[in-house]
Order: sequence, then structure tokens, then C-alpha cells
Amino acid sequence: MQVIDRRQNPKSKSLGNRQRFLRRIKSQIRKTVKDAIENRSVTDLDSGEKVSVTANEIGEPTFGFDGAQGSRNYVIPGNHNYQRGDRIRKPGGGSGSGSGGSPDGDGEDAFVFMLSRDEFLNLFFEDLELPNLAKRKLKSVASEKWSRAGYANDGSPQRLNKYQTMRRSLARRIALKRPRLDELNRLEAELEQAEARADAEEGHNEETERLARLIEETRDRMRAVPFLDPVDLRYNRFEQTPKPATQAVMFCLMDASASMTESLKDLAKRFFILLHLFLNRHYRSVELVFIRHTYTAAEVDEETFFHGRETGGTVVSSALEEMLRIIRERYPVQDWNIYAAQASDGHNFDHDMPRTIALLQREILDLCQYYAYIEVGEEESSYVSALWSGYSQLDAHPHFARATVLDPTEIYRVFHKLFASNRQAS
Amino acid sequence: MDNRTLLYEGSEWDFNHLRRVHDAIEEIAIGEMGLDVYRNQIEVITSDQMLDAYASFGMPLMYSHWSFGKRYSREALLYRKGAQSLAYELVINSDPCVAYVIEENSMTMQTLVIAHACFGHNHFFKNNYLFRQWTHAERVLDDLAYAKRFIAECEERYGMQAVERTLDAAHSLMSQGVSRYAPQRSVRSKDLAIKAESRRSHEEATYNDLWRTLPKTKESPDKDDDVEQQLAAAALRLPEENLLRFLSLHAPKLKDWQREVLDIVRKTAQYFYPQQQTQLMNEGCATFVHYQLMNRLHETGQVNDAAMLEFLHMHTAVVTQPDFDDQRFKGLNPYALGFAMMKDIERICQTPEPEDEEWFPEIAGRGDFMGVLRDAWADFRDESFVLQFLSPHLIRKMRLFAVRDETDSPHLSVEAIHDESGYREIRHRLAQQYDLSKRDPEIEVTEADLKGNRRLVLTHRVRDGKTLSSSTCNRVLRHVANLWGYRVRLIEVDADTGTTLNDYDAVALP
Repeated sequence: MQVIDRRQNPKSKSLGNRQRFLRRIKSQIRKTVKDAIENRSVTDLDSGEKVSVTANEIGEPTFGFDGAQGSRNYVIPGNHNYQRGDRIRKPGGGSGSGSGGSPDGDGEDAFVFMLSRDEFLNLFFEDLELPNLAKRKLKSVASEKWSRAGYANDGSPQRLNKYQTMRRSLARRIALKRPRLDELNRLEAELEQAEARADAEEGHNEETERLARLIEETRDRMRAVPFLDPVDLRYNRFEQTPKPATQAVMFCLMDASASMTESLKDLAKRFFILLHLFLNRHYRSVELVFIRHTYTAAEVDEETFFHGRETGGTVVSSALEEMLRIIRERYPVQDWNIYAAQASDGHNFDHDMPRTIALLQREILDLCQYYAYIEVGEEESSYVSALWSGYSQLDAHPHFARATVLDPTEIYRVFHKLFASNRQAS
Repeated sequence: MDNRTLLYEGSEWDFNHLRRVHDAIEEIAIGEMGLDVYRNQIEVITSDQMLDAYASFGMPLMYSHWSFGKRYSREALLYRKGAQSLAYELVINSDPCVAYVIEENSMTMQTLVIAHACFGHNHFFKNNYLFRQWTHAERVLDDLAYAKRFIAECEERYGMQAVERTLDAAHSLMSQGVSRYAPQRSVRSKDLAIKAESRRSHEEATYNDLWRTLPKTKESPDKDDDVEQQLAAAALRLPEENLLRFLSLHAPKLKDWQREVLDIVRKTAQYFYPQQQTQLMNEGCATFVHYQLMNRLHETGQVNDAAMLEFLHMHTAVVTQPDFDDQRFKGLNPYALGFAMMKDIERICQTPEPEDEEWFPEIAGRGDFMGVLRDAWADFRDESFVLQFLSPHLIRKMRLFAVRDETDSPHLSVEAIHDESGYREIRHRLAQQYDLSKRDPEIEVTEADLKGNRRLVLTHRVRDGKTLSSSTCNRVLRHVANLWGYRVRLIEVDADTGTTLNDYDAVALP
């Protein structure tokens, strides 16, 4: 007999099979993921998702009996008082299979299982045609700082690490048996004594000669093995690492007037989700502020933000003012990295445009790490909206970017364009 | 009663304890009960690994297929939701006999598992005639490793999708992929593959395009069609009940690798066939063995009262049989019935009543119940075991009764109960319930035209009016047609009257 501990063996042997399974039902899962995006909040993408697949797609058919045909015999336990020839009324009004539970019925339920977080995110990004998020770098991550990163063999003299250098020197000296200085001193002292004795009395020349020879050898060895050799030198090495800015706030601004339909809001939502996932990779905590506006603006919760709808005119500057107020009250610029994304179908009152531009140009863009404007629309048109034409004068600003989105599949491309690493943001 | 030292205390286990317990159990199992087992290999795994094992037919190695992923996803969800607990053990019919134990188990549970799997199931695997005839314990793992490698190579060479399609089709015919008679002692799959490979390379090397230009011989027009058909059928050995084997041998369009894939699936089905025929006995045997062993360990002072109580708690849960009108009722529990029948044999051997003398003259009062049980475990399968050993005493004790369910009747009719006139009827019917050949639809290849339109005809002999479910039937038939490459027809014929009930038809996808 032998006992083998297999616990260290790789688990998830079924992983490959599971991927095959997911591939097979991809179209259904895509739909689930899409639904999930609609029903979940912007921040809540961290857990998996339950997927229900109807049996037909993944059924493994076998020849089986039709449960509603023919007759069956059962032997079952627990007879109370039935006698031979008794008739038992079938439960459920007479039709359907008997109480014994037909052993060969082939009812298949909808198949339910969980997607893990990674599987979910993969599919989520796939839906956005996102090839690889990991390659992207956010340019505007605060500052970089130098940090020590071990030792190097060469470097500038001011970076010489004396302790490490001496350690290596000592080790080398011991290994190569370099005589110590005090040993030489001792020999020289002995020689001195010997010479003194030799002066006093004749016949001690042998001893002085031996000592002189020894001293000469010792000196040779000391010359052959230097006290400090270039191989001993060690320099401190420094590396540039991005200084992690610990917190960021993300402002979501949206026009809430009637012209923003559910599907336009869905486009906006996908953009916000992507931005949130993205910021999460760079900051320890990301806070969300939702501001919606018609002709007045208000901070709202996410639910109202995406699902409420109002009527009324559109005054974009009201949202910007609200954002400024919130920054002043809760998010001091020195402590927070501020991002803003504005989603709109482009409507604004003409008389409000100068004020909007002025607010952005003089105040907001300087406070923000990045301000992205996405214009959502349902179809291509040659019509240029008020906001789009008005914002054209902001294009020169390094913290500003804008793009239009017409279809969910474009979201990632637009996002990439706005946040591409070659964009120069200070 | 000798008083030995305790094997363990408390619930924590370690490897040392496992070894001591195994050795102590081995002493009783072999020395006192006369069991005969393969060498044991106990493997400690985590619950995740148990889920993995579950998902692939409980085998340690398996080729890749999406359906195992599906099974895994299902099991994992049920397990994590707490809707289903993991089995305590998993045991593989191989030599050495591999038993998995989960690390979370308490020491008493591990002891139970060792007794149950390493001695109960192990003894059954090694001695039951079906396993001896049909499976090769010493090479199961080799064959599985070969299958895994072969399928992976095919995926690389012919594409994952092509392999998946073939496997899907083969899986749908798994229960029609076993030979119920005359086991074939086949050569190792590995050798077969080498043979197939050399045959192929020989054909490639000797292929000569000139042969194609030879004039065809004229067929005599007045040949008797009937005779020719019979001859063709005889050459194909029709009727053939093993659909997978028939297709792998004769389907005209299959590639060599596809034939091998069908053979791999067919052999897997065949490997599990004895297990399906002996579930009642196998579980009964393992349960009876663990019960005896645990009691002996307790009697000899090797486990303490606390462990014994924990064991009894688990044992009782395993052998619970809810009544038919109980919400928990899910049919007869093979552990409960198997264990009860074996305890009953013990009773008949040791303290028989006049009734038992009459029913079981051979064993009543024989005393040596272990001998009787060992013979039963070796020579019977579920159906014959019930037919031979279900006693009136047990029928009364379990209050078994037989009902008939006609689909179009609003009533179930009680046809036999636990009384003098009902015992034999109940025994007979229960035995039939365990007869796999009566439980699965009886489908055979009856016609295969390899020369003309190449149509394949399957026939389902319908008993008791139980026809096939038409939706799944159509889908399986499509699989068959894809393997066969041409039109396939399935006729449902009433086994008694010979009238045709249904007629299905499927064509192969281009």
C-alpha cells in the first residue's frame, strides 16, 4: 500500500475542458454579458456572473424513451396498506409521469453555471473589441520617482556603495590569502628586534635574513592581491518607478434630457465602465461622482444617473459648475487625481456655449488630469452639434480629448484613441 | 476480544494514521474476512481536484472534450451553493486500485473510506466475473493515457472542431456502444494504432493509379437481389447491436483517425458497462465490508466510542431508504438495498427461519456467511443477484410492492405486494428493473447497403409501447448520419406484433 499526496498537483485539470465548453456557448454568454452590463453598476464588475443556457445548445442527445408513452413497472418500498389490485390515483391530475418518477424520462433543465470574474471580464472586453488592456499606459499617472533597486557593477562615483564594496574586497582578500597589515607590522617589529639583537651580539644574521625574506614575500603577496580591486566595486542602482497616486475621482457628466435615449445612455455607460476599470488599475481607490443635468445640474446616484429621464432644456455649464463646487468641497486638487468624462448627444443652448467654454478653459481643464468628451449618436450624420463645434477651440489643450461613438463596438477604439499612450498629456 | 491500542484519537488525520489504519484494516479484511484485493494506492486530494475528477467520468486521466467542462461547471456550481456535497471517496478499477480521499475529511471518515473503497470496492473489482471478463485493471490507466494523447494529436492535425464533431457523435451513441455478449480479448490500443499506421503507409507506398483504368466487370443482371442482400448482411454480421463498433468498422466515409476515436469512446463505454450492471452489488459489497470492518475495529479496541458514533451517523445516512411517498424518495437506494440484502444473507446463514430453509435450502444455516457472500460477489450481477437472493423476509421488511404505470391511465395499479402470492412476482420484477438490456432501448443495425444508395437502417424493437423520445431521437440520428456519411433511417417496430410504429430519417450534412 502506498499513500500519495496529490494536493500539490495542479488542480483545475478541467480548465481546458471548461474553455472548450465556454467557446461552444459563446454566443449565449455574450448575450448574458451584455445583459449584465446593462443591469450592473459601473463599479460592480468584480464578481462573476451566473449564466443560464438552454439545454438544446449543449444537450448531449442519446436514444431515450419518451416518458409519455407505454407502460412501466416499478418495485418501490414503503407500502402502507395497499392490496393487490388497488389503484392509486396519480398525482398531478392523471397526466404526466407517475409518482415513481420515470427513470427514463429525459427532461433537461436549463443549464446554469457561474462565470468567474476573469472569464467575465475577458468576454466583456471582447464585446468591446478590446485586444489587450494590459498594454495600455495612462500617460497622466502623477509623477515618477526614483527608488533603490539593488546594486550595479558600474556607476558614477557618488553612487559607490562603500559597505558592499568593502564586503566584497574583504571576501576576496580572505579567499586569496592576502596577508593582513598588522601581520606585516608584527614581522617588521620582529625584524627590528632581531636587528637590534644582531647588533648587540654577532651570529644572528640568519634570523634577520629569514625575517627580511619573509617580509619581502609578504609585501609581494600584498602587491599581487590589491586591497581594493575594480571587481569589488558596487554602486547603488536606482530605478524609475511611477509614483502611485493613491486616489482618483472620476466625474461622470451626462445630459439627462429626453433626447438621451436608453441606448445612448448604454453607450455612455460602457464608456464609463471602461474608464473605471482602467483607473482601477492605476489607483488604489477610485471614487465616482455622477452629475446629470438638464438646465440645472445635480449630483445623483448611479441608478438615477442611467435610468432617470427628464425633459427640459440643456445647459451644460450647470453641470460644470456643479463639478467645480464638488471639487472645491470634497476633492482638493493636491490630494486627488481628477478625471472627467462627459457624455452627451451634443445639445446645448447657444447662449450657454461661451460660458461652457470659458469654464472649461479657465478652470476645469487645469484641475483635471484628463477631460474626455464623447458624443453619442445613433447614426452617422453630417449635422455638427453645438457642443462638438464649440469644443473645437479646446482641442489644443493637452488635457482635453473628444470623440464620437455610434455603436458599442466602437467604444474600445474610441477609448483607446482618447487614452492612447502616445497622446501627450503633461 | 483482544484489547489493542487505539489507532487514532480525535478527528485530525495525518499520513502516519492513514497507514496504520490501512494496515489494521488489511489484517481484518484479509485475515478474518478472506477478502482478496489489488494493491492499494491512496491519494490525498483537495475538493477542487475531486470536482475535476467528477467531471471526467471519475477518471484520473481523460481526453479533452467540452462536455467534461460542462459537467465541471455544473458540479462546481452545485457544490459551491451547498446544494450538493462531494462524495467522500472515489475509487478506480485499476491495478493498483487507486482510491481518492479528500483532505477535509475527518480521520474517522478516512477510515471509513479506506474500509469502503480500498477493501470493499477493491475486492469486488478484483473478483466479480463481469469485471474479470470485461475490463483490464492492469492497463486501464495506460489505455486512458493513450486515448488522451491520441485525441490531442488528432486535434492538432485535423482541427479541434473536426475532432469535437466526431466525439459529440460518438458520445451520443455511448449506450449503444457496448457489446453485451462474448467479450473480445482485444490487443492493446497502442498496438492497434501501430498496425493501422503501417497499413496506411503500406497502401500509400503501393498505390498505383493504373489500377483505376482496369475495365469493370459486368454484373449479371439476373442475380437474385434477396440472396445478395443476405450475403451482404452476413458479411457485415447483421444485425449488430453495437452501433459504435459497426460504424467504426463499416462507415464508408470515415477517416482512419475517426474510426480510432469511435473505438476509444466504445472502449470507454465498455469499461463502464460492468459498473452499470453491478451498482447495487458493488455499493452493497463496499457498504457491508466497511460496516463489518468498523465494527471489528471497535470490538478490538482500535477505534474509540466517539469515532464509532461518528461512523454510525454517516453509515446511517448512506443506507437510508425513504418510502415511496416521502419527499426525499428518488427510487431505490442501491446502498440501502445492497447492504440490506447482504445483511439478510448473513442472517439466513446464521439464524434461519423455516421460511428461509424453504427458499434458500443451499445456504440457510450454513454459518459461513462470508463464504456465501464472497461467492455471490464473484458470480452475480444486480439482476441475477436480486433474482437469487431477495428474501420474503426483506420484502416484508422494506414493504416492497410492485405497481404498473400505464401512460394513458389516471391510476397506478398495484400488481403485487409483500404477501405469499407476491414474493416471487416482486423479486422477478425488481430483477428486471436491474437488467440493463431491458432498461436501454434495444436498437440494432438491421440493413446496410454498401453498394447501392448506401442507406443504413436501424431498428428499435419496442417493448411495452415505450417508444423513443422523438426530439432526441432526431438529433442522435443526425449524428449517426454524419458518421455514416449517407442517409440513415430508424424504424420503430413493436417487438410483439411486428407493426411499424415510427419511422425516422436523417441525412448527413455535406
